[in-house]
Amino acid sequence: MIRIENLVKTFGAKRAVDGISFSVERGEVLGFLGPNGAGKSTTMRMITGFIPPTAGKVSVGGFDVSRSALQAKRLIGYLPENAASYPDMSVHGFLNFAAEIRGLAGEARKKAVHRVVELCFLESVLYQQIDTLSKGYKHRTCLAQALIHDPDVLIMDEPTDGLDPNQKHEVRNLIRDLGRSKAIIFSTHILEEVDAACSRAIIIDRGRVVANGTPEELRGMSDLAGAVTLKAAGATVEDLAPLGRVEQLDGAFRIYPADKARAGELAQAVIDLVNRRSWKVQGLYSERGELDEVFRRITLPDTVKA
Amino acid sequence: MSIVGTLVKRELSAYFTSPVAYVFLVIFLLLTGFFTFTAGSFFERGEASLAAFFGWHPWLYLLVVPAIGMRLWAEERRSGTLELLFTMPVATWQAILGKFLASWIFIALALVLTFPAVITVNILGDPDNGIIVAGYLGSLFLAGAYLAITCMTSAMTRNQVVAFILAVVICLFLVLAGFNPVTDLLVRWASPAMVDTVAAFSFVTHYDGFQRGVVDTRDLFFFLSVIGFALFATGVILRGHRAG
Repeated sequence: MIRIENLVKTFGAKRAVDGISFSVERGEVLGFLGPNGAGKSTTMRMITGFIPPTAGKVSVGGFDVSRSALQAKRLIGYLPENAASYPDMSVHGFLNFAAEIRGLAGEARKKAVHRVVELCFLESVLYQQIDTLSKGYKHRTCLAQALIHDPDVLIMDEPTDGLDPNQKHEVRNLIRDLGRSKAIIFSTHILEEVDAACSRAIIIDRGRVVANGTPEELRGMSDLAGAVTLKAAGATVEDLAPLGRVEQLDGAFRIYPADKARAGELAQAVIDLVNRRSWKVQGLYSERGELDEVFRRITLPDTVKA
Repeated sequence: MSIVGTLVKRELSAYFTSPVAYVFLVIFLLLTGFFTFTAGSFFERGEASLAAFFGWHPWLYLLVVPAIGMRLWAEERRSGTLELLFTMPVATWQAILGKFLASWIFIALALVLTFPAVITVNILGDPDNGIIVAGYLGSLFLAGAYLAITCMTSAMTRNQVVAFILAVVICLFLVLAGFNPVTDLLVRWASPAMVDTVAAFSFVTHYDGFQRGVVDTRDLFFFLSVIGFALFATGVILRGHRAG
């Protein structure tokens, strides 16, 4: 549904987006990660046709966003970064306006407004003026606007920003549900959201894609992935050393596999050792790796890493 | 409903959901009343016409129209709704036209509300109502030209005050270009052809005809081309901002 080829955007001398390529198909939820200023919002603005790319191509549903802008925009629902909406309108008026702009009229418009009001829990503030709403409601009003025409493609810039934990949970569930029938891209700073909602994630840094894979694959890039943590009375570093590099934690040991590809065998080896020595085990678990460690490692400047 | 129609409806309702619209209407009507009856010496003239009323419009609009139009784009840019608007399936020209028409309709409404002046002059005497109709038509087009220029300056900045001041300055220049004291000044050193060229760009030169009851297609064409040019420039400015 969304195809991006060698997308470049320069602002003066700065290359905000520097040759990004990826594609998203229907049924996929793509998490868009990266530090502040990495080019996430700029990329999303180019996909939605708000700003023209300096070079490269974006197509949505087969329509080139630069050349057939209106056809492409009809397929897209967009939640901008600050979730801006017209402050002097009521929620109801604003959603009706969005529906009309999307070519919905009469019964179809009423139905569409009703549907998104339910989806985004806006019943209680329907006739309130938008600038009197709390941040969470403003955000959901703008999200409702993005969903009003039941778009095939949904682009959301930090959809959970400024929401309370319950609302975050609701929005993530909503994204996951919608993702079954749509192509979705959303950006976030919160790495747990990648697990909660994404089928794939891309990390960009300084305008380039630095990682692209399922949350599982990304996590596998972590040093921690495949390590086994053991908490057992009687165990010592010397006992465990033959299995791999051992790190002593607070009352526990973490054993890193010598070869990541054979990490599966490490857990079995530790269990065998425990049985042979008859240690009393208080805890034993295999680490899946941590996304924020991967994120930090690939996006920190080299100087900081060293 | 068409896209432009939807946008016009939204813009118009934006005027009336805030008290600003009502304040404007009241101020506009008070000022037209003051200029017509006091400053324009309506009664002392002893003639059954609205010349005193229309004569002041180029000056009155200089302040009122930029105040009405200054928020059109500046506010969208400041609040970030510009991004929302231009990621909806709306062509740039539709958005520009929608906003312009909404404000123009608002000004037309303000003009309609000056009807007591027409009634007054009809009760007191026997005016040529054809001239009055032509006067209103000219006034509406004059306001449209001011408004289109305000649209353009509003697109240049996210600050409404800057948009207002720029619009006033540009409009003032276009009014003064044909104002007698200014043309007299030019006559001293410029060739007559140049004086005429400068004066031809003036709103006043083209507005005068309407006040005499002459609806000249050349004058209409002038105002329409000012509107067209300013709105086209608005589009170029908006596209320029988005291109970064």
